Amino acid sequence: MSEVADKVKKIVVEHLGVEESKVTETASFIDDLGADSLDTVELVMAFEEAFGVEIPDDAAEKIGTVKDAIDFIEKQKAA
Amino acid sequence: MFAQGFAPRRVVVTGMGIVSPLGVGADHVWGRLVAGESGISAIQGFDVKDLPAKVAGQVPAGSRADNRFDPSEYIPVKEQKKMDRFIQLAYAAAVEAVQDSGWEPEDEPSRERTGVMIGSGIGGLETIQETAKLVAEGRTRRISPFFIPASLVNLASGHVSIRYGFKGPNHSAVTACATGVHAIGDAARLIALDDADVMVAGGAEAAICELGIGGFCAARALSTAFNDTPAKASRPWDKDRDGFVMGEGSGVLVLEEYEHAKARGAKIYAEVVGYGMSGDAYHITSPSETGDGAFRSMRNALRSAGVAPSEVQYVNAHGTSTQVGDNIELSAVERLWAEAGNKLAMSSTKSATGHLLGAAGAIEAIFSIQAIRTNTAPPTLNLEEPSRETVIDLVAKEAQSRKIDVVLSNSFGFGGTNASVVFKRV
Repeated sequence: MSEVADKVKKIVVEHLGVEESKVTETASFIDDLGADSLDTVELVMAFEEAFGVEIPDDAAEKIGTVKDAIDFIEKQKAA
Repeated sequence: MFAQGFAPRRVVVTGMGIVSPLGVGADHVWGRLVAGESGISAIQGFDVKDLPAKVAGQVPAGSRADNRFDPSEYIPVKEQKKMDRFIQLAYAAAVEAVQDSGWEPEDEPSRERTGVMIGSGIGGLETIQETAKLVAEGRTRRISPFFIPASLVNLASGHVSIRYGFKGPNHSAVTACATGVHAIGDAARLIALDDADVMVAGGAEAAICELGIGGFCAARALSTAFNDTPAKASRPWDKDRDGFVMGEGSGVLVLEEYEHAKARGAKIYAEVVGYGMSGDAYHITSPSETGDGAFRSMRNALRSAGVAPSEVQYVNAHGTSTQVGDNIELSAVERLWAEAGNKLAMSSTKSATGHLLGAAGAIEAIFSIQAIRTNTAPPTLNLEEPSRETVIDLVAKEAQSRKIDVVLSNSFGFGGTNASVVFKRV
C-alpha cells in the first residue's frame, strides 16, 4: 500500500470513527462509512491539510470513495 | 387559537438531570449543596494572567460513577467535535433527565407528542473564539463545516431530539441569564396548551473561556477580590460581595402532562403551577433600581399559580452576588411578600455553584424541586454579614429544615428580562 493510501485511510478512521478494516479502497464515505455531507467536507479539508494540496469544490464533489481520494491526491502530488 | 371550552392542562416534573460545578446527578449535587460545599475553584482551562477574574464554577471532569462528567459516556467521540461544550453539557443533562423519567417511547405517536426546549444564554462561545482565530490568521477556508451547527443555541434541542426521536415542538430560549426559567416556563405552557404531552426542557452554558470571562470582566460584572480564596468569591447579599462568579453546566427537566404521567405510573417530583415574565425597559445590563421588573415577574407567576405570597415557603433567588442586583431583588421580594416576609426563606444557590447564566434557572429549578422533596432550604454560602437588614431569612451559611410545599424561583437577564416559576408539591 502506498504512503498516500495509508495516510488517507488513517484520516478516514480518525474523522469518521470507523474501524480500520471497513476502510477498503472501494468503500464509499456516505454509503459504507456512515458519513453525511458535512463529514465529507471535513474529510476533504483534512486531506488538504495533511497533504498540503488544494482540493477545489468541483473536484471534492467527485471524491466519493477512499480510492477517489487516494487517486486525486497522488495525481496532485505527481503534478 | 383554541377550541371553545379549552382548559389549560396540568404539568408535572417527572425527570431531572444536572451537570454542574458540584458534579453530576440531581441527588448527588443536592447533597453537596445542602452540606454547604462549594463548586468554585481557580480557572483551569486557560491562562488567566491578563484577566482580573480568575475563579469559576467548573464542571469536574471524570467518570459518571464518581458523579463527574466525561462527554464520551454520553456522546460518541465522532459526534463530540460537532458540538460546542454547551451542547455536550446539555446532551448529558438531557440523557440524565430522560433516563430518570423513564420516558423513552418507541412508538411514533408518542414521539410526535414529545418535544425539546433547551436554551442557552450565549451558545458556543468557545467554538466561536477558536474559529475566529482562523479568520484572524487568514485561514478562512479552514473553518470547519461543523462550526455553525456546533455554535447555534438551538442545536442542543436539535441533538437531543435526534438522539431520542422526539418529534414534537423543537424550540429554544435565548434570554441571557433568564434562559433556564423561560425554557421551563415556555415548555410547560406548550404542554398546558396541548402542543405536546412531554417536553424535555432546560438550559446549558459553557462560557468559561477567554472571550466569556474577558467579556463579563469588561462589563465589570465578575468578582475579582477573592481570586486566592475561590470558595468565598460568590457571596450574595454579603457586604463584601463584588460581582458574580461564572459557572458552567446544564440542568434539564422532563415536564409532562399530569394525566399522562399518572397513566404510565411515572414518579412525580412536583407540579409547575405558575410562570410569570416581565421586562424592565430600563437598561441593557442593570436591573431597574426600583426592582419593578422583578416584582412584576414574581407577581405574575404567583397570579398564574393562584397562590398568595404567604403560601410560598421558599424563594430560590436570582441573587448573583453583584453589588446592585442582590438588594434590588431583596426589596422586590420584601414588597411583594409584605408581612408574610418574616416567615419566608430565600437563598441563593449561586453562592455554591456560581452563576451558570442560561443554565442558572434550570439547575435552580432542580434545587427548588429538591427543596420541596426534602423539606430543606439550601444555604447561602459566605453570607457573613448582610449589607442590609431584612425580615426575610436568607439561610446564611447553613441549610435549614423547613416545611416547604411551594417554591418560587427567579431568573433575571441582561436586556431587562425577568422570569419566575412556581413549583408545588403534588
